[in-house]
Amino acid sequence: MEYFLEQLINGITLGSIYGLIAIGYTMVYGIIGMINFAHGDIFMIGAMISLIAILAIGLTASASFALLLLALILVLAIAMILASAFNWTVERVAYKPLRGSFRLAPLISAIGMSIVLQEFARIAQGGRPKPMQPLLSGGFELMHRTTEAGEFIVRISTIQIIIIVTTLALMALFTALITRTSLGRAQRSCEQDMKMASLLGIDVNKTISITFIMGASLAAVAGLMFFLRYGVIDFYIGFLAGVKAFTAAVLGGIGSIPGAMLGGLVIGLIEVFWSAYFSVEYKDVAAFAMLAVVLIFLPQGLLGKPEVEKV
Amino acid sequence: MALAPQPTQQGGARAARSPTVPPGDQKRLLIDLLLTGLIASAIFGPIVGMSATAPQGGLVLQYRWGTVFWLVAAVVIGRLLLHLFVWNRPDWVKPIHVKRLGAGLVAIGTLALLLGLFVFDAPWFDAVGIFGLIAGAWFYISSSNETAAERGAPSPLAHAIEPLGKYLGIALLLIAIALPFIPGVDRRIVDLAILMLTYVMLGWGLNIVVGLAGLLDLGYVAFYAVGAYAYALLSTIYFPLWFGDGITPWAFWLVLPLAGLLAACWGLILGFPVLRLRGDYLAIVTLAFGEIIRIILINWYDFTGGPNGISDIPRPSFFGIPFTNDENGFAATFGLAYSPLQRIIFLYYVILVLALITNFVTLRLRKLPIGRAWEALREDEIACRSLGINTTNTKLTAFAIGAMFGGFAGSFFATRQGFVSPESFVFMESAIILAIVVLGGLGSQIGVVVAAIAVIGAFELFRELDFLKAIMPEGFDPTQYRMLAVGIAMVLIMRWRPRGLVTKRDPSIYLKEKKAVSADLVAQGHG
Repeated sequence: MEYFLEQLINGITLGSIYGLIAIGYTMVYGIIGMINFAHGDIFMIGAMISLIAILAIGLTASASFALLLLALILVLAIAMILASAFNWTVERVAYKPLRGSFRLAPLISAIGMSIVLQEFARIAQGGRPKPMQPLLSGGFELMHRTTEAGEFIVRISTIQIIIIVTTLALMALFTALITRTSLGRAQRSCEQDMKMASLLGIDVNKTISITFIMGASLAAVAGLMFFLRYGVIDFYIGFLAGVKAFTAAVLGGIGSIPGAMLGGLVIGLIEVFWSAYFSVEYKDVAAFAMLAVVLIFLPQGLLGKPEVEKV
Repeated sequence: MALAPQPTQQGGARAARSPTVPPGDQKRLLIDLLLTGLIASAIFGPIVGMSATAPQGGLVLQYRWGTVFWLVAAVVIGRLLLHLFVWNRPDWVKPIHVKRLGAGLVAIGTLALLLGLFVFDAPWFDAVGIFGLIAGAWFYISSSNETAAERGAPSPLAHAIEPLGKYLGIALLLIAIALPFIPGVDRRIVDLAILMLTYVMLGWGLNIVVGLAGLLDLGYVAFYAVGAYAYALLSTIYFPLWFGDGITPWAFWLVLPLAGLLAACWGLILGFPVLRLRGDYLAIVTLAFGEIIRIILINWYDFTGGPNGISDIPRPSFFGIPFTNDENGFAATFGLAYSPLQRIIFLYYVILVLALITNFVTLRLRKLPIGRAWEALREDEIACRSLGINTTNTKLTAFAIGAMFGGFAGSFFATRQGFVSPESFVFMESAIILAIVVLGGLGSQIGVVVAAIAVIGAFELFRELDFLKAIMPEGFDPTQYRMLAVGIAMVLIMRWRPRGLVTKRDPSIYLKEKKAVSADLVAQGHG
């Protein structure tokens, strides 16, 4: 029971990170109907920038908690802005000129861009994994029980609390942004019919750019969280995380933001429970197999609308 | 630099000149350049300028602001040049002039490169050659887009190459057959040719799936892995176990069809669940499948040897006669002097024949109803279904046949290396094969050959780029930039010439007359 609870918390934390990345996939897919294959690498870039910013500020675990939190917010802002610059450029260079090209062109270009970003990070920062001492330690005991078999403790660490709280806050913020503001209205209208939206005076290009920027900011948040939680990153983390987050987006129903979050949680839980109860080695296989199963039996996802193919 | 923000090109090739800043507006030009510089510094600043390294355990930042400065300067100056000479070109400069300039630059670049590589030992010749080639290709391709748009012709480069295509193919084939006996060809060149031919074969196999049937397969390397491991396992463990050691010289020829069959079965297993998916979903699922195979290969230690792989895989024999230096060996049997090159040359001809079989089968299949169904499927899936084509079977056969050739190539890879490990079957390998197909033009057979030679040749070339070492700071290693170049090439090709450098877009079979279907006219965004 305690083990289960512990894993549940781990799963929710990992799922929050996947969910944050998945939102970027789902928003871009919703608007221009393409898989931004480079999105996972934007997450990696976000994590890299966070690491560099933490080093540049000179942040160590010895700082007081309030100072640490303040500094982390600054790091987060830097990572979000710079990752947005990356994704904006990627969109301008690799996707925008291809709008209206044949079906596979943007995807192939996105794969090329993903390779470019990965290699860029590898060449500039080296291929070795970058480990760092955990910045935030400590946590709370949720349960403490002593039985004949030994002591059972369920803990939730400060990082996990920060991750879950930040994710919830960002979810609320983004839901409000999409449902309440004129920007969100423009995005939703582009999603429904891009041509009609532009006829009605919506700047489609700007809306798409903003969508990419929003997706990148969330990926940067996920990048910082991932780095804080696991303490080690390299240039290749974006690939696996990207595929899993895409799985999450599909599972939740592509185009739906609450769906992306839900899908992220499910994938995170599956991965954590699979490694906890079956085998660590095959946790990625479990997540990928989930993708195939979902696409076969539930192609529209948990919260998505069924796609109607028009001739 | 490819990362500079570019103006929009709505509507494909027609709007190749679309200035964001009107000519003569100095103020807006300045603002534009400032913004470019700002974004370039945001991109290069932290990642390039501050490198986190761990010399003694803990991570420390190393600052490299000089590199950042040069990169940002290159981007800004590049954009300024684009503004002045490309987007706001004077009226008297016609696209045809640019095209001729491009062709001239390509010729000069090639000449300089060849001189630099083979005649003089001067790095500056290489430098001039490479830059001439790149700039020339860019001028040529971008302006031929424009001239084509002016004349309304579909694809000028393909137009120019198409009549040559037949002769180019025959010429390449003759060179390929005679290659090992051309004087001056040493082991290094034959090895390189074997590598190129392996990629040509893989490219042709993937071309069936991506180019003909229009199904984007990002996990093609999985079938390559299935073929390689099938040969490795059967020839080292199971064949000696079942039939005794005498079978080993024949193992390659016995396993080859089996490996193809196994890979085809895997193609079916993978294809079956994903058939209902749209193009881009399919891409991700195939990618996931490729990763699953790799993870299984790494973790199933008892069967596959885990990360260590399988070594001591039997080398191929000349139909039972081994390439050894004794009286039963190949050299003694045929009364030749023994040379280790004989085995390499034999391997070369094996892969040449395998690749040619792939090509032949593909060309024949394209004339059969199934091949025509693939091409129809690529163009419009809904129309296909309404015309009564069984899309399930069509997709499955494309997957299975493509996979089968991947399996053949995998077996060959295993016997050539004598060693397989999961490291050889990473996603990047799939990406390289896909890049070859994309660069060559989806569906073009000769294009794949040209692209494979170009990509693998360029990989080799990166090793020879001494001039870069001369002008760049200490410790600069050009081979590190190979995949970066592949990625940039994929993006640029999709921008300039989405159908590939050598385009073959016409259907194989046509009614009464051949109607060229331009890429611009084909339905966008539909299945």
